[in-house]
Parts: sequence; structure tokens; C-alpha cells
Amino acid sequence: MSGLFPAARPYTADAVAAVPTKTRRRLRRLAAVLPAVVLGALVLAPAASAGWFLPESDGSPNADAIRTLYILIALIGLVIFIGVEGLLIYSLFKFRARKGRVAAQIHGNTQLEIGWTVGAAAILIFLTVFTFLLLDDVKNPAPSQIDAQGNPIAASNLYAATDQPAPEGDGPTMNIRVVGQQYSWTFYYPDVEGQERVYAYNDMYVPVGMTVTLDVQATDVAHSWWIPELGGKADAVPGYTNKTWFRIPLDAIPEGEDRVVYEGQCAELCGRNHADMLARVIGLPFDEWQAWRERKAEDLKTAEEEAAQRREELQSEEEGR
Amino acid sequence: MAVIPARPQITAHEVARPPRGWMSWLTTTDHKKIGILYLATVLVFFVIGGVEALLMRIQLGAPENTFLTPEKYNEIMTLHGTTMIFLVVVPVWAGFANYFLPLMIGARDVAFPRLNAWSYWMFLFGGLSLYGSLFFQPPEAGWTSYVPLSLKEFTPSNGQEAWIYMVHLTGLSSILGAINFIATIHNMRAPGMGWGRMPLFVWTILIYAYLIILALTSLAATVTMLLLDRNFGTEFFDPTEGGSALLWQHLFWFFGHPEVYILVLPAFGVFSEILPVFARKPIFGYKAIAAATAGIAFLGMLVWAHHMFTTPMSTVVLAFFMLSSFLIAVPTGVKIFNWVATLWRGTIEWRVPLLFCVGGIATFLMGGITGIFLAVFPVDWQLHDTYFVVAHFHYTAFGASAFAMVAALYYWFPKMTGRMMSEGLGRVSFVLFFIGFHLTFLIQHSAGLDGMPRRIYEYSNEDWTIMNLISTIGAFTLALSVLLTVINVVRAVKKGPIAGPDPWKGNTLEWFTPSPPPENNFDLVPRVRSVEPMKDIRRQIERQTGVPQRFEAGKPMVRA
Repeated sequence: MSGLFPAARPYTADAVAAVPTKTRRRLRRLAAVLPAVVLGALVLAPAASAGWFLPESDGSPNADAIRTLYILIALIGLVIFIGVEGLLIYSLFKFRARKGRVAAQIHGNTQLEIGWTVGAAAILIFLTVFTFLLLDDVKNPAPSQIDAQGNPIAASNLYAATDQPAPEGDGPTMNIRVVGQQYSWTFYYPDVEGQERVYAYNDMYVPVGMTVTLDVQATDVAHSWWIPELGGKADAVPGYTNKTWFRIPLDAIPEGEDRVVYEGQCAELCGRNHADMLARVIGLPFDEWQAWRERKAEDLKTAEEEAAQRREELQSEEEGR
Repeated sequence: MAVIPARPQITAHEVARPPRGWMSWLTTTDHKKIGILYLATVLVFFVIGGVEALLMRIQLGAPENTFLTPEKYNEIMTLHGTTMIFLVVVPVWAGFANYFLPLMIGARDVAFPRLNAWSYWMFLFGGLSLYGSLFFQPPEAGWTSYVPLSLKEFTPSNGQEAWIYMVHLTGLSSILGAINFIATIHNMRAPGMGWGRMPLFVWTILIYAYLIILALTSLAATVTMLLLDRNFGTEFFDPTEGGSALLWQHLFWFFGHPEVYILVLPAFGVFSEILPVFARKPIFGYKAIAAATAGIAFLGMLVWAHHMFTTPMSTVVLAFFMLSSFLIAVPTGVKIFNWVATLWRGTIEWRVPLLFCVGGIATFLMGGITGIFLAVFPVDWQLHDTYFVVAHFHYTAFGASAFAMVAALYYWFPKMTGRMMSEGLGRVSFVLFFIGFHLTFLIQHSAGLDGMPRRIYEYSNEDWTIMNLISTIGAFTLALSVLLTVINVVRAVKKGPIAGPDPWKGNTLEWFTPSPPPENNFDLVPRVRSVEPMKDIRRQIERQTGVPQRFEAGKPMVRA
């Protein structure tokens, strides 16, 4: 019928032959090149623009640990990717139908099946172990880099063994309640004796070096708190309190500037203006942050008094009618 | 005195002339006609869903774009996801399975033909009820319809009800269809076709059907609770009245993750059927692939909360769902290795169906690898609900299901119509499909890593501009490819070359019948002696006639 297909006997197994030595040599060469490629990627990846290849991070220990974990998975993934895609493309070209060629009638190979099942499982066990090694760094708040007066704490205290949610060490922590509502964030600062209660919208001012723990809540629909450079998301689900934390590094404020700003936005569809539910975390030196807090307390007090006054006026107006 | 034909085929004598005309389509219970109805309807919804994707890509192609209002964007986003999942990928496999499952197992129809027709019509009306909402107000809470956003207080429009009715109708359609497939597979296989000789596509449809029964019944209950909450004063999900917003997420994803495998397992079946045919080599590790299918389905029921890693949950729960998600990678990896091994040392004929399969496997592999990132829950805390996730699930759902869908179309079109589709146009379509897909979605990983959340109707971050522009260009490339394939279909139906019964030199029983098959499929059902009964039949004919059964696949044979 067609000249493309020669008069061989396609249904017999006698065409089965050993893999040609040329193929083997090529495979060996490929195996030699692979580690070099992977190493190259390892060196280049962190240097490359973070946003294109890696999750964002800027010194907050949780975000840094996530990034480390990401790099590890990326390396393993890259090896698997290059290996399997390489084999796929190689087979596609190498074993393309050609005159005189007969397909090997192989039905399977139990050893090979067991081999790659165990291999895949081994990689995943390794990943699991590594994840749990890094988990504490992501999940449990690290101690502050400053004390309650804003003085830096010696670095040796930083990495105490953490197997509990509260950080060890001498540093204080600040707990802020983050409440999401369509389409803004409210931050309730901890009460301090002798000072007015402080809260703020959308811009969260915090001292650099201080470990900040967040209680994330929502009042209407579900939202998700996320400042990429300061670590992972925490969904704000009405009726629940979710927990996360971050610590802006003490030296994060760029030279010549008085603050460091991190941007983020709501990450859970919360309605029509979901895209406009923005948030910023602004790191200030401790002294400046204290000044901000006092100013804010004053402003809130004034605003509340004004509002109360206005209410009274409205009420008397109404009564006067 | 019948002359033994040179190529395996049978002719149906003594069968009533098949009914024609539009009434025959409305009233048909023939599994093949119902299959074509399914596939034609799916094609329409696929084009609609694709246009919705293009509208979103236009909106996001430039920062601070005002092409769509936030309201319209959310509606289109909801319709796109809902359409592609409920009205395209689930029913497309019902369509292919309807047509080919009975043929592949040597049955004359499905077990319950009238139930089968009912399934189709419920699917159609489910789709119509969703799109009927275009005349008042479409749903806008996303295809996941998370509460409290989807409660009456925050989404008052009845579009949400239209969504619920769509889920109910298509869900019932799928469940009845699944029962039908299960009954057919268990009872109506050709003599000699034991479980170990059943085509792998049939294996995946069997598992798909069991998953549908487990998952879609759960979803039906869940959306009923939403319907009650919205209209009849119950408070299952309202946290202000003692309900739980997380309950919805658990129940939804208890359906939602098996759903992923409902979309993707039959695609694996298509790969497992097409690769051996075009590599001219038996499938490597038949038992391993069948077992992996069952393994994936079982584990797929145990991973739902990996969609909820960022919600308030204890570390033990997080760790459990990470490990179970990891486990799924093992059987999935086994399948991929077996496909590569099937190609290894074959004689691969680069036909359009094979190209789409290999392209699909290459793409799906990437989705599998990004799935590992997402399974590691601390990493997921960064990636969750970003464009990284959008990229990931398009690499898996589109990479496997849509590539396999088109591969199946090119592969089985000659059987369904008796005519071949154009190989040249198919290749151009494949190249554009592959390039368009990766152009659209590869860059979205970067957008996600750079902090772009999904489901936002606009952005002002300048870093995201170029990424989104690339994505938009890719989407239009993909659309062009789909257009070419649609043109190819329309042309081939009327003008394609005659295919003959077995243009590809296939392995399974559907190629034993004329193209298109007569209403009763088989006058005589052959005895099955291996996984590849057609090979046995060809060998037998060779022995009996002395005519070598060799011909180039894809070169249609015009019968005298």
C-alpha cells in the first residue's frame, strides 16, 4: 500500500533490540549537563528580579523562610521538569516513524514501575521533612529586634528554639487586630494605659524591628490579608480569628528616607470593588512611631469630640423644630 | 456470497433505515446521536466561555482599564469559570463517553438509553438557565460562590439562583449519566473483555462516573443549603446567626477537588488510547495506569482542604492535607512515566491527535510540578489566590482536559462523521494552541509571585502591565487556534475525505464498525482476546486472506 511502511512483521517481538549505544552515550551526556544547568539556575535565581521567579520577601523572617522553601521546591521541580520534558521531546523526535523502523512491542516493566513509584515517593518524603524543618520559622513569630523602649537587642537572642506561638527572648511584641470590611481594612492597636485607644484605616504604622502579631477578622464577607513582602496570607473569615505575624527588619528603612512602605491588597474576592481594597504597612523608627501614635490618639480624640458635638447639634436642631 | 473485505469492517444488513431530520435529533435515544448533541452543545459553550475569557483579558491588558465595569467583570469571571467547568469539561467527557464507550466495549447502546436522553436535555437546560440570567442579572460571586458574599445580603440578584439551578440540573444530568455508564460498563462488555482487557479510556470513564456520584451529590446538597439560606430563612452559612462561613468552603471543596479529577481523568484516558495507536506500540504498564487512575480518584477525595490553607486551621489539619496532596503526585507521576515509556522505542507518527496528546502531557506536567509548590502549605500562604494559582489550574485543567478534548476530536471525528479533518489546518491549529496557551499562562506564574491577586478587575502596579499584556496576546492566539479547529470541523463535515472504518489503524473495537457506525453498532460482536482487539482481528484477516494489513495511518481509504 504505502511505501513508508516496509514489509516487516509488526506483530512479532523479534524486533526488540537493546537501546543503541549511541542513544546511551547521548543520555549520559544529558545526565552530565543537567546538574550544571540546575546549579546555574540556583546561582542565578535569587539574583534575578524577585517578582518574576520567586515570592517576594524583604527581611521579615516568615517571608524569608517561605522563599527558601520555594527555592528548594523549585530546584527539585526543575530537575523533574527538565528530565521528563527532555525524555518526552527526545522520544518524540528520536522515535519518529521512519522507513525501515519497527516499534518495539514492550508491554511494561515491573521493576521500572516500582522504581519510579518509589523514586517519586522518596522525593516527596524529602520535601515533607524539609517543610517541617522550616515550618516554625514561617509560622511562629520570631522575637523582636528591639525592646519595649526601642533599643536594639543583641542578635544572639534572635533564634531561640521556637515550638510555641509566643516568641522567646526579651523583646516585646505588638498585637494588632486587623478587621476587613467591604472595601477597607481597620487596624486596632493594643490599649496602652493612660493613652487613648488607637485605630487606623488601610495604613498600618508599626515600629521597625518589632514583632507584630495580627489577629485577622472580618465583619461582612470573607477577605484575605496579604502584604507579599511580609509573608503569607491570612483569610479574614467572619466569625473566626485568623493569626499571622511579621517583623520588619531593623535596617529596612532605605537610607535618606524616614520610613519603609510595603504594599498589598485583599486576596479573596469580596465584591465588586475587591480590586480596590488596598493596604499598606509603614515601618517607622521606634521613636517616630511613638510620636505617630500619640498624634493619632489626639486626632481620634478630637475627631470623636467633634462628632459628638455635631451629633448634639443635630439633635437639638431636630428637637427645636 | 460475501467477499471477505481487505480491511476489517462489517456492514449492517436487515436494520431499519435510520431516522433523519430534526425530529430524530429531538427524540433520539441513540447513544451516538446523544453523544453528538453533547459535543455540539459543549462546543457552543466552549466558544462562549472563551469569549468571556477574551473580554477579561482585554480588560486586564492595560492598567486601570475601563473596558468593563467592576460589576460586569465579576459577572463575566463567574460565568467563565462556571461555563468551562460545568458546561464544557464535565459534559465533554459525557459526550465522548456516550459515543465511544458502548463502541469500545462492544455494546449496542448504553444500559438505559432513555435516561441517557434525559441526561442530555437536563444538561442543556441547566446551561440555558445559567445564561437565562443574562436577561436580568448574571451571578457575580465567582464559580466558587463563597459565602457570605453569595448570601442575599451581599448578592441580592437572582443570578445566584440561576447559578444554583444550573448546578442542580447539570449535576443531576451528570449523576444519571454516571449511573448509566457504570451500569453499561459492568454489564455490557463484549465476550472475553474482562477487567484487564478493558480499554483505558473506559477505565477512566468508570472512575469518572464513580467520582461524579460521590462528589456531585455532595454539591447538590451544598447548593440546596445556599438556596435555603437565601430564600427560606435558614442560617447554615450566616455567621451573625450562628452559621459558619467555613462550612461552605469545606462542603464546596469536598466536591471541588474530586471535580478536578472528574475533569482530568478521562483526559488521561484519551492520552492512554491515542499514544499507543500512533506510536504503534502497546501501552506501557496497562495495569499500573488503571491502578493509578483508581488511586488518584481515592486520594482525590482526601485533599479538599488544600484549597483552604489560608483559612483558620490547625497545623495538624494543614499537615494532613499537605501529605495527602503529595501522595496524589505519585500515581500521577506513574502515569506520566508510563506515557513517556509508551513513546520510547515506538515508531511515532506525528498526526494531529498525537501532537495534541504530547502537547497536553508536556503542559500538564508543568501544572503537576506547580501543584507541589501549592501543596506545601507555607508556600501556599504566599501563592494562594494569586495568578500563580490561576496559571496552575489552567496548566492542569486546560493542559490535560482541553488538549485531550481537541486530540479526541481529531482522533474520533472520522468515526463520528465518516470524514477526515484537514491534517494541515490541524497542525497549524496545534502550533497556535500550544504557543497561545503558554504565552497566556506561563507569565501568570510571575504575576502571582509579584503579588497580583486573582479576580481583580483592575490594577495600577506597573510591573504587572507587561505581564498582563503578554497574557492577553496569548489569549487571542489561543482563540485563533480554536477558530481554525472550528473551521476545520465545519469544512470536514461536508468536504473531508472519506475516512473508511479504520483510518488510524486503531486498537479498540470502535474501529471495527463502519464510519459512522450503524444504529445498532455491531451485527456481530467479536470475541475479545487482548487489550487491543483490533490488532488481533487484523492479524486474523491477514492469516485468512494473505493480504497484509499495513497502511499508513491517516491516509483515508476510499472503498470501491
